[in-house]
Amino acid sequence: MLEGTIAMKVALFVPCYVDAFFPEVGIATLELLERLGCEVDFPLDQTCCGQPMANSGCHQDARGTEALYAKNFAGYDHIVTPSGSCAHHVRDHMTAIEQTPAVQKVRRNTRELVEFLHDVLQVREFPWAEFPHKVGLHIGCATLRGLREATTSEIAEPAFNKPKQLLSAVKGIEFVAPKRIDECCGFGGTFSVFEEPVSVRMGQDKVSDHHNAGAEFIVSPDMSCVMHQQGCARRMGLPLKFIHIAQVLNGARG
Amino acid sequence: MKRVDHAGASSRFIEAKDHADFHDMRLWDLRKKRDAEAIDIPEWEELRGLASAIKEHTLTHLADYLEQFERNATANGMVVHWARDAAEHNQIVFDILEAHQATTLVKSKSMLTDECEMRPFLANRDIEIIETDLGERIQQLDDEPPSHIVVPAVHKLRGDVAEVFARTIGTDPKNHDVPYLAESQRMHTRPYYLTAGAGMTGANFAVAETGSFVVCTNEGNADLSTNLPKLHIASIGIEKLIPKIEHLGVFIRMLSRSALGSPITQITSHFRAPRPGTEMHVVLVDNGRSERLGMADFWYSLKCIRCGACMNTCPVYRRSGGLSYGSTYSGPIGVIIDPTFNLRKYSALPFASTLNGSCTSVCPVKINIHEQIYKWRQIIAERHQLPMVKKEAMRVAGRILARPRLYRAAVQAAATGIDKLPRFMIYNPFNAWGHQREVPSSPSQTFRQWYLKNRGADK
Repeated sequence: MLEGTIAMKVALFVPCYVDAFFPEVGIATLELLERLGCEVDFPLDQTCCGQPMANSGCHQDARGTEALYAKNFAGYDHIVTPSGSCAHHVRDHMTAIEQTPAVQKVRRNTRELVEFLHDVLQVREFPWAEFPHKVGLHIGCATLRGLREATTSEIAEPAFNKPKQLLSAVKGIEFVAPKRIDECCGFGGTFSVFEEPVSVRMGQDKVSDHHNAGAEFIVSPDMSCVMHQQGCARRMGLPLKFIHIAQVLNGARG
Repeated sequence: MKRVDHAGASSRFIEAKDHADFHDMRLWDLRKKRDAEAIDIPEWEELRGLASAIKEHTLTHLADYLEQFERNATANGMVVHWARDAAEHNQIVFDILEAHQATTLVKSKSMLTDECEMRPFLANRDIEIIETDLGERIQQLDDEPPSHIVVPAVHKLRGDVAEVFARTIGTDPKNHDVPYLAESQRMHTRPYYLTAGAGMTGANFAVAETGSFVVCTNEGNADLSTNLPKLHIASIGIEKLIPKIEHLGVFIRMLSRSALGSPITQITSHFRAPRPGTEMHVVLVDNGRSERLGMADFWYSLKCIRCGACMNTCPVYRRSGGLSYGSTYSGPIGVIIDPTFNLRKYSALPFASTLNGSCTSVCPVKINIHEQIYKWRQIIAERHQLPMVKKEAMRVAGRILARPRLYRAAVQAAATGIDKLPRFMIYNPFNAWGHQREVPSSPSQTFRQWYLKNRGADK
């Protein structure tokens, strides 16, 4: 535990696609939270937040999954997940189930990892972290415009960027910016398969933009966007690498 | 009626690479210019709030303002007509033309007349219609609807325009020079202004207090259309009302900045009364607007001032083209308006979105576009308008994800080998993923398995 930090009990929510395809992101999130002094619970019956069904309009089909989420995470003051769109769903869209006080509390207390680090723990230093690479930052749209983790190019207001602020504390990191700084990458959940032509075209444009800016790595708090972008980049033969922000903040060297 | 297949149409759009590249670049350029203009005005966000409030106020007192407009416009010497729907609108316009023995109509751009499908209606009654907006004229000559509400032919390259003009107005097919093409069209259209029996416009705003309306253009064609013939007909959607002339400035400051990234349109024409010896008719059109006004989640869409900013910023629209939406209104605003006209026909459109929210952020009247898209998806699912494959995929996914043991079996199968796909991914047409993308490589264990091995003992 870091000196001066307060022990905090946290429940970890590892979204289904991270559980299945990117266990290293879950591990990095868990280790980072522990390193920062949190006592981390991982409720073993967790599955998903209900977003895939709800975003498709199928609230009936989302109900059971949302109820299970609310049951698994009931009573925790802090529920942390390394996925912005899941946190956005829980907080802003988890309405298929009855809104009991317990459900409302679970929803309110669910945060994306960067929000938790930045706003709750207020961590500003990661002395163990070093990432000597040119990095393009990708903040998914739910994280950006839903959770408002950063200001956007559409609205002129005093700028802030929570993921970038945290990453700026990592030694050796160098940011390079794509031309279209916050254009959607085209993942969009089931959009990625039901609107495959546009989704892929957007993904190709996004990774090309990062590549042309000189990025070696794309770092993101949103693994679902990354899954899509990585898929596009690999097929195109671009030498881009992808890594979750939790891994970088936890000290991965790339 | 057949469902619009947005994904299929967008696939064909993307295949024409030069067109797709240009379309995306051109509209992104408008978005960037819009940003520069918005940043230049320190009170931009305040203006958005004000514009939204004025529109919400007007819409919640719409009947009163419409009657006030009618009284004042009538007092000014205009003739005001009321059209319940597209059919009534078209009939009213035809009756006015017939009463004046007008057989040629010069017309500036109006989305409403496209919405009402007025052109074929009048053409069938031997009225010759000349669109005078350049983009709209290109589309008319090519017998295609507009693909964008502000720049109707933005999906065409200059070579396409040269081909259309060569075929229809006799230009040199090999000459793709833009000034040549524009001038040729102008020379071809100009004589019609002098002979037309009537001119027609839409309106960007109608002011209740003054009984006047405002048309914003860049080409001067609306003014020629209205100031040369002896008859001016204006088709105005009932949502175009604003209470007072002092409110106009809020919108005029934002309209062209949002649309094209220019501070103002070249011409802002105020129409208050007919010139001596001429007539001015206004047709106030409902065509579903009152019904929309009664929809709790969707009435905000009536705030729209048709600037097209949401289309310019929409990454899906930019890469699929307006015609892929199969409707008069395309892009994000089309996605939330079209289902009110025909839910089944337009049921795919709310899914032609990543819910990225950029549209909402640029909207000058703060319509919560992406939230309405989300809501429409629920309504489409509830009214059983989802395609069977998606419906079934969600039913199965919902069952598995609500049951930890089924979920674990599925995830472990997915994690240990993508070739052993779990059911929910087979029912999901997940294979579409692999057409142009690599699938993620399979890790040796799931996070949960790692957790049980590494942290399980002390839990």
